[in-house]
Amino acid sequence: MKHEPRKATLHVNQNEGLIFEKSSAGKAAWKLPPLDVPEVDTARLLGASERKDLGNMPEVSEIEIIRHFTRLSTWNYAIDLGMYPLGSCTMKYNPRVNEAVARVEGIANGHPYQPERISQGALQILKTLSECLIDITGMDAITLQPAAGAHGEMTGLLMVRAYHHAQGRPRKKILIPDSAHGTNPATAAMVDYAVENLKSDSRGMVDIAALEAQMNEDVAALMLTNPNTLGVFEQQIHKIADILHAKGGLLYMDGANMNALVGKVRPGDFGVDVMHLNLHKTFSTPHGGGGPGSGPVAIKKKLEPFLPTPVVVTKADGTLGFEYNRPQSVGRVRAFYGNFGMFVRALAYIQANGPDGLRQTTEDAVLNANYIRKGLEGTYDLPYSTPTMHEVVFSDRLQAKKGVRTMDIAKRLIDYGFHPYTTAFPLIVPGALMIEPTESESKEEMDLFVEAMKSIAAEVDEDPQTVLDAPHSTRVSRLDETAAARKPVLRWKPAL
Amino acid sequence: MAYPTDRKYTKQHEWIQANGSTGTVGITGHAQESLGDIVFVELPKVGAELAAGKSFGTVESVKAVSDLYAPASGTVTEVNESLATSPESVNKDAHAAWMMKITLKNPKELDALLSAADYEKYVAEEGGH
Amino acid sequence: MRYLPKSPADREAMLKAIGLRSVDELFAPIPAEYRLSRDLKVPRQMAESEIVDYFRQRSRENGEGYTSFLGAGAYAHYRPVIIDSLISRGEFLTAYTPYQAEISQGTLQSIFEFQTMICELTGMEVANASMYDGSTAAAEAVMMAVRLTGRRSVIVARSLHPEYREVLATYATHQGMPLSVAGFGDDGRLKLKELEKSITPETACVLIQSPNFFGTIEDVAAVAEVAHKNGAMLVVSIAEAVSLGIVEPPRQADIIAMEAQSFGVPLGFGGPYCGVIATREKFVRQMPGRLVGQTVDKQGRRGFVLTLATREQHIRREKATSNICTNQALVALMVNIFMNVYGKVGLKELAKQNLAKTAYAAGQFAKSGELLFTASPRFNEFVIETKEDPAAINSRLLDHKIVGGLPLKKFYPELGNAALWCCTELTTRSAIDMAAKLAADDNGPQRPSKEESVEEVVR
Repeated sequence: MKHEPRKATLHVNQNEGLIFEKSSAGKAAWKLPPLDVPEVDTARLLGASERKDLGNMPEVSEIEIIRHFTRLSTWNYAIDLGMYPLGSCTMKYNPRVNEAVARVEGIANGHPYQPERISQGALQILKTLSECLIDITGMDAITLQPAAGAHGEMTGLLMVRAYHHAQGRPRKKILIPDSAHGTNPATAAMVDYAVENLKSDSRGMVDIAALEAQMNEDVAALMLTNPNTLGVFEQQIHKIADILHAKGGLLYMDGANMNALVGKVRPGDFGVDVMHLNLHKTFSTPHGGGGPGSGPVAIKKKLEPFLPTPVVVTKADGTLGFEYNRPQSVGRVRAFYGNFGMFVRALAYIQANGPDGLRQTTEDAVLNANYIRKGLEGTYDLPYSTPTMHEVVFSDRLQAKKGVRTMDIAKRLIDYGFHPYTTAFPLIVPGALMIEPTESESKEEMDLFVEAMKSIAAEVDEDPQTVLDAPHSTRVSRLDETAAARKPVLRWKPAL
Repeated sequence: MAYPTDRKYTKQHEWIQANGSTGTVGITGHAQESLGDIVFVELPKVGAELAAGKSFGTVESVKAVSDLYAPASGTVTEVNESLATSPESVNKDAHAAWMMKITLKNPKELDALLSAADYEKYVAEEGGH
Repeated sequence: MRYLPKSPADREAMLKAIGLRSVDELFAPIPAEYRLSRDLKVPRQMAESEIVDYFRQRSRENGEGYTSFLGAGAYAHYRPVIIDSLISRGEFLTAYTPYQAEISQGTLQSIFEFQTMICELTGMEVANASMYDGSTAAAEAVMMAVRLTGRRSVIVARSLHPEYREVLATYATHQGMPLSVAGFGDDGRLKLKELEKSITPETACVLIQSPNFFGTIEDVAAVAEVAHKNGAMLVVSIAEAVSLGIVEPPRQADIIAMEAQSFGVPLGFGGPYCGVIATREKFVRQMPGRLVGQTVDKQGRRGFVLTLATREQHIRREKATSNICTNQALVALMVNIFMNVYGKVGLKELAKQNLAKTAYAAGQFAKSGELLFTASPRFNEFVIETKEDPAAINSRLLDHKIVGGLPLKKFYPELGNAALWCCTELTTRSAIDMAAKLAADDNGPQRPSKEESVEEVVR
């Protein structure tokens, strides 16, 4: 091969079937202690409700389970292996002390209904994290309950709705820029708002004239991501807020890109009324292959009466407790108090950084994105030349001439030892390559990335088929998604 | 691409073939081509009342969903059940893979639709920008 | 800062390459008046040892070393150590959602196995890759039934977890879904007569929990008959997954919304947990949440991909089945490993121990109080009504480092001095004997209870 990846080398990979294919009767990975109470007659206790058969549940030994999952794990790419430049996903390092402290006994095993008297430790964590996030966002109050970003959006819009209702002027629609994440319109629909699309201008920012024309007293809020999904800071953000506020609307900020702002700028200072954070992006809690997330919602004072229940309060005797009696609350959005384990990790991350570390983190994240932009400018088309914050969006315009699209380049990147960037998003850039390095990448790793991307661009010129057929190094090649969707096989079944 | 001349076309890329008061509806070859591999077709229930220009179902590829718009108003009398198990037939021959039959409420509505030649011209122009 | 892999010289070199003199220039696009000129008010940068100390201290203030009889939707079962060994592998812990199938086969295959085992245990045909938790899964399942039936009103059992009911009420508010509640009888089960009276041709579904909030196993077949006779769906919530080892699953249900926390997920003061929705194959296109499907690669080798994504928000936007954008992948992996460890035989034996401990404990506590709902079978929870305020009993127990049952007055004023107790395989006979003795001993010095304030449930 002409272009030899420097970062990665092929090595032997273990095969492994489905766990059901290893199962046979009599194998076991469990042992219960002897029963210290009298045995019971299950048939007598349960009658017709007794279950007799557990179907095709596996029977395997402990070593087989260890090998099974260890082998499967080696088929995954991960941050721990290298750069994961997924734009808008903020794939940063997941510190291990976070995992250690989340497993300390009283924290891992606390029951959500244990008396408040013996829950002061957990309540203190909720309170301290809340205070940190309130100062980081420049807002006045927060709820930690939402289980993920999209859940936070829903909670935020429910508060928006309750606010307008209390003002005696329920509104009908939400404005959403065309560059927004799909969760924004999906959430607006869930809380029964109509969605109205808002155009971006030639610099990739909100078109102020269009906003002025579309804003009226039917608009409940504008949902804005800032920096937006092009990695561009909305320079007229205060103007945007003013236009909304003048007609009684609210400014909702999707905090997905907060990693560009922490310690440098606070949304509360530039006119945001309500926003959600993604602890699994900005605050280093692990993505874990797709979750759990955590999506706290920070708000300005005027929305405080509508916070979901319960809310942590300091009681007269100085101890902490939960307050449930909040007549204007939007209600409960989740059982118990949210993804507490993620709060522990996020707080540990904030403690490990401190104010100076958080600021340096943001600076490095922005520096890294600009370094990559500089490295790839000219090789890949940059549709918007507006200054870049934490992520940069190229397009496949130059490579498309050879019939190679963003997804093909992404797949070829795998052979070079990198995870692909985000493809085909934001929708306003046809054939987008959306790259977010985060602060966690060293200069060396980014130099390898730039080298790989340039090498792929050269391959597109010389030998496009290699790129079109990529990846070549993975244990499976491109999978037939059409067949998977036409005749879905969603579970294993024993051979007849 | 050849568009059969025995039917009318919409700018949303559906075709309708009238036979007395019955209209047979499908999507055009151009539509199936731009959608790519079709994996699912969602059709209305028999008996549903449709208004011209309003969505009557969806067609899905792996990563996209498109609404289907009724070329004319009417009542659904039959849907092509075979598309549930073999959506690929739309890719194979979109002009043969009909989706539903309706009783036309007002057959005159078809007069406003495009002829095969006009549709072909429309597609060529649309693709130009 | 120890997480940042750059030396000052690296930063200098990078700035130079970009053509800038200082890092401040990178932030020039942000209008100066919004830039923060002070330090954030967060704790100062701490050493790892200090962070560990901080959380150990919080742990000591958080019920460390207490024996607990609490259940009510969060259950203390033993977690085999291999769960944490395996989920701590960076390839699982630090991977993203498996959109790039070629380098995500580990996560994808494990989810496919998870979906299969959930189907086996629930008796359903398809299961998703997990949802936030049991409460939101129940709400999403109800919205799914509304879409499927084209009807809007919903009947909810009062014996469904009260916080699940609250969550559903929040979700339903703006969906134009009228909710009505069906009560429970002296046997702890949904009152069928009441259901028959309130069900109408507008009812989209009936939502029950089994075992219900009181631990009582519902007569699912009878409820299903009433629902189906009226063209409504039956949605069953399962909060205690271990029950599936010995209790017949609600096979008559159309949709099952489950909380799988019992399967190897730490209590963690309420989360993260693992919701799942399982249903019939014919309803799959209205099911929210991620799904993994089997397919082949170009060489015909078996592989797995995320599939039926057109249901989801990133494609369908405002017309999606839900705005949900994550699953609980890492928590689902814990659940997956737990199901493998116990498997076909172990789950049954585990569930039997839960049943035996609970039967014994119910007998002991019934000596000083009245055991309610005795006419129906139960799994690992029971309700005891006492003359004494359960808050006072709990206060006495707490002095002996025992957390008593959950007083029900807050959620069910009509149940007076009743409390919900739970035993699992981890509850020892000596703890049961000790707690039962202390509960019976109401002659000791009476103390007013401090922490058990009685809050009205808003809805």
